Amino acid sequence: MSETAELKYTSKDFSSDQEVRWCPGCGDYSILKQVQSVMPEIGVERENIVFISGIGCSSRFPYYMNTYGMHSIHGRAPAIASGLKIANPDLSVWVITGDGDALSIGGNHLIHMLRRNFDLNILLFNNEIYGLTKGQYSPTSPTGKVTKSTPMGSVDHPFNPLALAAGADGTFIARAMDRDPKHLRSILKDANDHKGASLIEIYQNCNVFNDGAFEVFTDKTTKPNSTVFVEHDKPMIFGENNELGIVLDGAKPHVVNFEEEGISPNDLWIHDKYDEFKSSVLIRCFDDPAIVENSLPRPFGVFYQKERDCYEELLHAQIGRSIEMKGEGNLDDLLKGQNTWDIG
Amino acid sequence: MEDTKQIKETREHKKDVTILFAGDSGDGIQLTGSQFTNTSALFGNDISTFPNFPAEIRAPQGTIAGVSGFQLNFGSIEIYTPGDRCDVLVVMNAAALKANLNQLKIGGTIIANTSGFDKRNLKLAGYLDQRNPLEDNSLGKYRVIEIDVTKLTREALKESPLGVKEKDRSKNMFVLGFLYWMYNREMKPTEDFIRQKFARKPDLIDSNIAVLKAGYNYGDTSETFTTRYEVKPAPMPKGSYRNVMGNQALAIGLISAARKAKLGLFYGSYPITPASDILHELSKHKNFNVRSFQAEDEIAAVTSAIGASFAGNLGVTASSGPGIALKGEALGLACILELPLVVVNVQRGGPSTGLPTKTEQADLMQAFYGRNGEAPIPILAASSPKDCFQTAYEAVRIAVQHMTPVFILSDGYIANGAEPWMYPKSDDLEPIATALINQVSEEPFLPYERDEKLVRAWAVPGIKGLEHRIGGLEKEDKTGNVSYDAENHEKMVKLREDKIQKIAEFIPEQSIDQGEKGAQVAVLSWGSTYGAVKTAVKELLAEGQSAAHVHLRYIKPFPKNLEILLKTFDKVLVPELNSGQLVKIVRSEFLIDARPLNKIKGLPFSSIEIKEGVQELLSE
Repeated sequence: MSETAELKYTSKDFSSDQEVRWCPGCGDYSILKQVQSVMPEIGVERENIVFISGIGCSSRFPYYMNTYGMHSIHGRAPAIASGLKIANPDLSVWVITGDGDALSIGGNHLIHMLRRNFDLNILLFNNEIYGLTKGQYSPTSPTGKVTKSTPMGSVDHPFNPLALAAGADGTFIARAMDRDPKHLRSILKDANDHKGASLIEIYQNCNVFNDGAFEVFTDKTTKPNSTVFVEHDKPMIFGENNELGIVLDGAKPHVVNFEEEGISPNDLWIHDKYDEFKSSVLIRCFDDPAIVENSLPRPFGVFYQKERDCYEELLHAQIGRSIEMKGEGNLDDLLKGQNTWDIG
Repeated sequence: MEDTKQIKETREHKKDVTILFAGDSGDGIQLTGSQFTNTSALFGNDISTFPNFPAEIRAPQGTIAGVSGFQLNFGSIEIYTPGDRCDVLVVMNAAALKANLNQLKIGGTIIANTSGFDKRNLKLAGYLDQRNPLEDNSLGKYRVIEIDVTKLTREALKESPLGVKEKDRSKNMFVLGFLYWMYNREMKPTEDFIRQKFARKPDLIDSNIAVLKAGYNYGDTSETFTTRYEVKPAPMPKGSYRNVMGNQALAIGLISAARKAKLGLFYGSYPITPASDILHELSKHKNFNVRSFQAEDEIAAVTSAIGASFAGNLGVTASSGPGIALKGEALGLACILELPLVVVNVQRGGPSTGLPTKTEQADLMQAFYGRNGEAPIPILAASSPKDCFQTAYEAVRIAVQHMTPVFILSDGYIANGAEPWMYPKSDDLEPIATALINQVSEEPFLPYERDEKLVRAWAVPGIKGLEHRIGGLEKEDKTGNVSYDAENHEKMVKLREDKIQKIAEFIPEQSIDQGEKGAQVAVLSWGSTYGAVKTAVKELLAEGQSAAHVHLRYIKPFPKNLEILLKTFDKVLVPELNSGQLVKIVRSEFLIDARPLNKIKGLPFSSIEIKEGVQELLSE
């Protein structure tokens, strides 16, 4: 099926007849485009793909995809997707959510979906702001953030969404950004290939209410020194001339100029996405460059991946076992129960 | 043998008997009650039960708060309620007597476990100066049978290897055995039950059966008790019967309907009293392709069911009032999506956490109006434990044929109550056609195009050519595209309401349960008040009064003829376990002077209360 499906579709086949209505310049446009261009490559028939979203700017996403879709209510997309996946495990399910939707009102559903490990993909558009309600701080806004609801600055401590996902035993944890389309596409494909709940946090610029929130990571001039793009089995190297690297001193990462210091790339931290402990350290590299001097670069890529049984498979296996043990349910036996008596 | 017995004892025939078992919540009262129920049902009595227990799993021993009760009414006549007042009150301790004495008929029998009336128990029960009611002549109006159950149980188990604590735990079996003797029942069904229940603990099989027999033999051999009662089988319609509890019947109804609709059954639920037994029951039947999902919260319970419905399963969720409140927003979503969904509310006393183990009918308005915007949802109510089956079956039919969430209102009283059920054969259950489509036409697919019933098609992911997007934003007529158009919004709000009203054309007309059109007073009831009203009106009719009984299963939409029917009566009385909810709706819908009769005590109506309410109206 996959071969013909790959040949059959172009990205246009995944664009619906609805006019896209995000603000001009919104990072969502890029993410939509990358998703639409990856879809023909995942080898799934269009009718077997479902996009489920909650509420927020990003959650309009399903309307623009020419697949099955549901724009649901605030925070509940993971729960809806859970039911969908149980009802039909063969569907390719994509949950579209934002920092407010997934981490504030829907935080409970997100963690439970991750721990149950449904086989689906969650794209968490993080713009560190409430956009649809016109500019209040979100659970990922940095402390001190001045918004309409926090004129004196937010006193909330922000989430590191990926650390939360790790805490919930998520089996695929990754970060990407709207302004690096090529990287985003490759992560989307990796997420699709992973069997289990794949969470991608995507930094997304809200140019109206929180413009430049991630500029230090996305701007051509600062990006090389403030980010590190990790790849499995490869040393962590970054910097304008790829001269910087990360070494692990015990459990503590350090930045080194490995060329100057005469360190071989092989002695740098070699990323192992299957190593639960080292991945936790990587996920915890979350310095805010605006606050921390000589901060660690912000990592992007697939940080952690693990094979674990999916909830819907386990559930259907139980149903199968129950049928094996008791036979396909006989309605008359059920109606009759254990003790009966006749009158007349 | 029989002859010699006749000398020793008298036999009294009874049409019906109400027994109330009461004791500490750890005394095994519910088990004793349900065993007597099953045995009597197997014997052929009609029967109705009402378990009444504290919210705490183990409330302080010996106190009034810790008293657990199980009332059952069985007879050789048709039985509709667990009985107003009891003929026999079985009390395992002083607190049980104090809490329930007012439930006993004058002249009724008290069977008291004397070891539950020691100083400590009397103090805990709050008897002044630890005055023992068994000894101070205060029970002169009753017949008191004192048995030292604890002592006799221990004696019966002299040889048993069990410890004292474990031995004492089987004292409920002594009482059960004694009552089996008193009412001439066989012990075999209970012996079978014990063997099954303790299959892996042979010591407990031996001890429980020994104590059960000891109780029976105590009645047989003790010279003190000379009266045995005979309650003959009831003249019930010919057929095959079983005993069923409300939540169990509801679960069986859901499974049956899903089977007959050829749909997978998805049940999303979060544990809550008194609805959890539906989850337990459904989880036992995975071989019926039941997908039961214990969700992280009430909201996930309903939204996962919506997701499952979108994928072509029968999505079902259940809860009690507080959980239904949490589901409110999602129910609005299901309503605007126009997807099938069955929502069960096993009502309990409110507001807030309220009275978790007590019954009430106070969530009717919540079902009618408890959502933002105008989000009409059909409402059906079950009238008795066995009726939960048919109500669930109907709710599923309406949900999948009319593409709408449907409410089933049950309550703690019928959820835990039991009665004999002439169960149907699967072939006799009506097949259920659904709104599912799998054909792609030449025309582009319009998800919100409607048929003559105003129902849209159920297009499920996986079907090529039917790809579409739905959502909670107002949608354009036919296309389902997001629309903020003023005219369109008004049109859609009305369409959604009209669709629900149209269901009235696909449900039976309202019938009169008893009495005739044009009677002086009609009692209009819904839900679990059925039995009490049935009994009351039956008596009134027998006394020659002009009364009638109309009972609603379909509350939204009302049956088409309800208005005309109600207007034939001089007066309409609406008894409810709330401050007056259906009565308000009936008054505003039909502009009739319907009168309320309310009880808000966490307990069901007695038939006497209904009868007095009718008599008051009759005499006006």
